[in-house]
Amino acid sequence: MANLKQLTEREERLTGGHRLCAGCGASIIVRQILLATDYPVVVSCATGCLEVSTTIYPYTAWKNPFIHNAFENSAATISGAEAMFKAKKRKGEIPADQKVKFIAFGGDGGTYDIGIQSLSGALERGHDFMYVCYNNEAYMNTGIQRSSATPKGAATTTSPAGRAIPGKKQYPKDLTEVIAGHHLPYLCQVSPGYYMDLLKKVEKAMEIDGPKFMNAFSPCPRGWRHASNASIDIAKLAVDCCFWPIYEIENDKYELTGQSKLIATGKKEKVPVSDYLRSQGRFKHLFAPGNEDVLKGIQEEVDRRWEKLVKLSGY
Amino acid sequence: MAKSMALTGNFAAAYATKQINPHVVAAYPITPQTTMMEKFSEYYANGEVDTELICVESEHSAMSACVGAAAAGGRVITSTAANGLALMFEIVYIAASNRLPIVMCVMNRALSAPINIHGDHSDSMGCRDSGWIQIYNENAQEVYDTMFMATRIGEHKDVRLPVMVNLDGFITSHKIEKVDTLEDDEVRKFIGEYQPVYPLLDIENPVTYGPLDLTDYYFEHKRQQVEAMKKALPVIKKVSSEYSNLCGRDYGIMEKYHLDDADCAIVTMSSTAGTTKYVVDKLRAEGKKVGLLKVRLFRPFPAEEIREALAGIKNIAVLDRSESFGAFGGPLFSEVRNAMYDTDERPNIVDYVFGLGGRDINAVQIEGVYKRLMDAKDKMPGDVNYLGVRGD
Repeated sequence: MANLKQLTEREERLTGGHRLCAGCGASIIVRQILLATDYPVVVSCATGCLEVSTTIYPYTAWKNPFIHNAFENSAATISGAEAMFKAKKRKGEIPADQKVKFIAFGGDGGTYDIGIQSLSGALERGHDFMYVCYNNEAYMNTGIQRSSATPKGAATTTSPAGRAIPGKKQYPKDLTEVIAGHHLPYLCQVSPGYYMDLLKKVEKAMEIDGPKFMNAFSPCPRGWRHASNASIDIAKLAVDCCFWPIYEIENDKYELTGQSKLIATGKKEKVPVSDYLRSQGRFKHLFAPGNEDVLKGIQEEVDRRWEKLVKLSGY
Repeated sequence: MAKSMALTGNFAAAYATKQINPHVVAAYPITPQTTMMEKFSEYYANGEVDTELICVESEHSAMSACVGAAAAGGRVITSTAANGLALMFEIVYIAASNRLPIVMCVMNRALSAPINIHGDHSDSMGCRDSGWIQIYNENAQEVYDTMFMATRIGEHKDVRLPVMVNLDGFITSHKIEKVDTLEDDEVRKFIGEYQPVYPLLDIENPVTYGPLDLTDYYFEHKRQQVEAMKKALPVIKKVSSEYSNLCGRDYGIMEKYHLDDADCAIVTMSSTAGTTKYVVDKLRAEGKKVGLLKVRLFRPFPAEEIREALAGIKNIAVLDRSESFGAFGGPLFSEVRNAMYDTDERPNIVDYVFGLGGRDINAVQIEGVYKRLMDAKDKMPGDVNYLGVRGD
């Protein structure tokens, strides 16, 4: 495992000069992932902030081969590229020992919602690739509309905090658990707040053949209404309150990792979810009088999902 | 020595695909396309091809995987029909706009609703502005031969466009016909080695596919696509002529059947051309000067060649196997009439929409159309008619 100093010496494959917002989780996550591996990579990316901000013609921020096809098909697209790689090896057009890693990126809209079929299909078919969802919990590129990843109570432009309804009414879909049903060799949740945990997981995934999935928590200053320099603190807080546990599932074996493991084993204290919610403007209305039940419900749901995960991890 | 085989249109397409031995095939089953993919899956399972076969979970993912595979730098084939083509519509445009030479068989079938599994051209006609080359085939032999030509045409450096190989659902896809085949090495020699252009898998020279292209560049890129389509026409003619040198079957972009001295002509596509030839033979035996123009290449539409082919003919009927709701006539009619506007004599041109949802068209009906053309006085209204439907 490379240490921080060694990582700084590696070549950036997502270069500076792209037009993502300051403090955007997506660019941090992508850079960390690409720094974590020395293998050549081919990247596909769903339509979304990451794609539109890094490839404004005639410029590209990508120093590795990159393809954007459409919104809902990042996984199907990379599966085609991976199949071509295999076929060219079989035909002797590419040396049999050449190694290339295939990584598909998508936001939560392109992954939880419109792209879930394409993703599920590619995982089931067993292509050798890693899918990374940078989950900023809403359709940020089109202007902060709610997705199935948007947490309960969050104000978005299509689930605004109104006089009658305090933000999104539903709890978010647990996509990582949906993907777990595909019985992959490896899947995990990560947070850029705990970057060494993220890097370790990437390194591990890159050595595993077959389909891998990574759900990466991705703060969005614009959509979540927080300062640009608060992204990493918020990414930590989400883990610390167990709203976003970091864990991995290797061949159906659950294991909480890093900070989440420390909390599960009593070595760190679990912080209240309200600390996390208070850090962002999208939850501000929940602290107004009358919404106490919503806050209580969110804490209970986080606890329920956390306890299930702790049990699955054998603690 | 090449052998003759008894093949359905779908098996002919599958056999051609096996001989092309593409890098990647990605497809999803839909009637009446299924038997092509079933047959190809047998070749794959028996190790007769080097192909990676991707059995995707939808047509949308079929075309998406084809785009990823073709961009990665190799030969890619798929096939679909009707609702399947409609589902992949978004990515059909993306394939063409990224200049990826994918070959797709479309077993032409009616679009829902109501659901109907039989043949008409409403599926591929819905994609006529997508930037794909479209070739319509009369029979299984033509389908077989066109697969190899399509491979060459799409990959030509001046073209770099995807090619749709159309055949009539059930009528051609499931009918068994005699097909003269080529030897594998003849096919290999004709299609040649694939020459990748900006492949994703060239790790040393990374490229970005599918960037955000705004008001400052998008229009130029679309204009370049127009140019590629224009350049496709001479390439298609050249490839067809080379193919004819190989096996003697000369298709070109259209077939002129007794047109030279004809007073009246029908213009149509695909299997209906076969039925029309039978009627032409019958009427010619009676001394009637009738002819047929079978349009094979619909995109790019060869307007100049159509004008030349129909020069001197007074009365023309276009037989359209699809409706363009709210338009003045079917797609083939609109194109043909548009092309003929520039001629001095401006012939009478009428439209007959027929065969929607696989409704049979027979020789008597076609003869009736010829009769109207033959009986017509000097001027005919350019009307749109519906052939073989109740109430008309």
